[in-house]
Amino acid sequence: MRAQRPRRGAAGVTAAVLALAAVAGCGGSASGGGSAGDPGAGGTVSVFAAASLTESFTRLGRDFEAAHPGTTVVLNFAGSAALAAQINQGAPADVFASAATRNMATVTGAGNADGDPVVFARNQLVVAVPKGNPRGVAGPADLARPGVKVALCAEQVPCGAAARTALDAASVALTPVTLEQDVRGALSKVRLGEVDAALVYRTDALAAAADVTAVEFPESARAVNDYPIVALRDAPNPDGARAFVAYVRSERGREVLTEAGFQAP
Amino acid sequence: MTRTHVRPARRRGAGVPVALLLPAVLGLVFLVLPLVGLLARTPWATLPQRLAAPGVLTALRLSLLTATLATLLCLLLGVPLAWLLARVEFPGRRLVRALVTVPLVLPPVVGGVALLLVFGRRGLLGGWLDATFGITLPFTTAGVVLAEAFVAMPFLVIAVEGALRGADGRYEEAAATLGAGRWTTFTHVTLPLVAPGLAAGAVLCWARALGEFGATITFAGNYPGRTQTMPLAVYLALETDVQAAVVLSLVLLTVSVVILAGLRDRWITSP
Repeated sequence: MRAQRPRRGAAGVTAAVLALAAVAGCGGSASGGGSAGDPGAGGTVSVFAAASLTESFTRLGRDFEAAHPGTTVVLNFAGSAALAAQINQGAPADVFASAATRNMATVTGAGNADGDPVVFARNQLVVAVPKGNPRGVAGPADLARPGVKVALCAEQVPCGAAARTALDAASVALTPVTLEQDVRGALSKVRLGEVDAALVYRTDALAAAADVTAVEFPESARAVNDYPIVALRDAPNPDGARAFVAYVRSERGREVLTEAGFQAP
Repeated sequence: MTRTHVRPARRRGAGVPVALLLPAVLGLVFLVLPLVGLLARTPWATLPQRLAAPGVLTALRLSLLTATLATLLCLLLGVPLAWLLARVEFPGRRLVRALVTVPLVLPPVVGGVALLLVFGRRGLLGGWLDATFGITLPFTTAGVVLAEAFVAMPFLVIAVEGALRGADGRYEEAAATLGAGRWTTFTHVTLPLVAPGLAAGAVLCWARALGEFGATITFAGNYPGRTQTMPLAVYLALETDVQAAVVLSLVLLTVSVVILAGLRDRWITSP
């Protein structure tokens, strides 16, 4: 009978929409990579590294592979907190490089580190402004001027905590328009021209040098961020893990990191 | 003459093939287990304090407000759009339908970037809005509504279009022959006819808007009380305090399930 078809059609559409709803709900952050290292081959080193190390560790990974033929470095970049959680949940990682000592402590506290973490780099905040500095921002004090839109990191994430410390040190009270989930979020708002300035790490500003100018300010020395690295206890490739940590701390490693804007510890 | 019911007599339970039942049950377990995990890890003892923590209610209130406003916006624009797709033959209709559903498959972050490029301060329209009226949408509650409406509207359009296609066109024809104008026909005949589909679409749209994360944080940013909705609060809570994130997730889950379950029957029944 005629009445049946539409009914079935509507049910089909509803089912399809529900299926789509389920799929669409999944579209969040994707933490790809980080496939399990194959201990048999002995050739894969899985490195879980903070997002702010993306450029420098990609380079170091390639260099390390060149220096150790037959070795593959698999890099998994994400926020330090997310990485620490993944490691503590048993992700097959060999090395953890964190952007903050707090997130490293999460891993060492759970007994998942092989030995003590070592600080291998330091990062300092700068004021990132759009290329050419249209608002003439010379330091943190200018961020509090009326009409200047500022993006900061949320205080829950390391760059936000550092920003709070640095702004307090500079005695600047400002109301940002947004508190971003990570430093790249804050930076991209400057690159897009949606804000007039953001407090980001010097390394991030350097990586975006085509679009943004970095304004250094002395008070940022009060809020330096330490980057610790450690080989992990359940590393599928313990030798590879130790070799990679040593490589990051080597002369060559320091060179790459300094070039990216990091400071030596 | 009496109408005979042609609904096929389904025997419930009896004779369900294992080949279907097993994957069905596994599918159900797969979908429900994470929710169970959330419940299992909920710190029930400290729940009241955590719910009363400053920021939780602010974020929840903002979430409910923006999801509702986004749904209203979607109804206002999406129902006519669905009607157009269902009832009017025009060249390129298939392409338009495809374009309308793009936000369903687009990563929400991409949607947020796209919104910035159009409505941002330097955007195609945003620059003009800013210069002419002094209106900037990013980092405002209106921006959250816009981001949520962008990702949620396809749910409404698809549901309403499906309902319109399924509705019996003879009632509209009858109204027209009785002298009703097109607008009167639409409001007095078509809309009541597709009301269940409309309700289903609106609920899905609302639920999707409530859970929106990527487009919101990209386009509207994250500022407590103004643009920080529940999903954003959950993400940030995860950075410092997993238990707080669990509690916030539980609140969001409860609100969603209550709303979805409450309207379940209306989706399935059609007039």
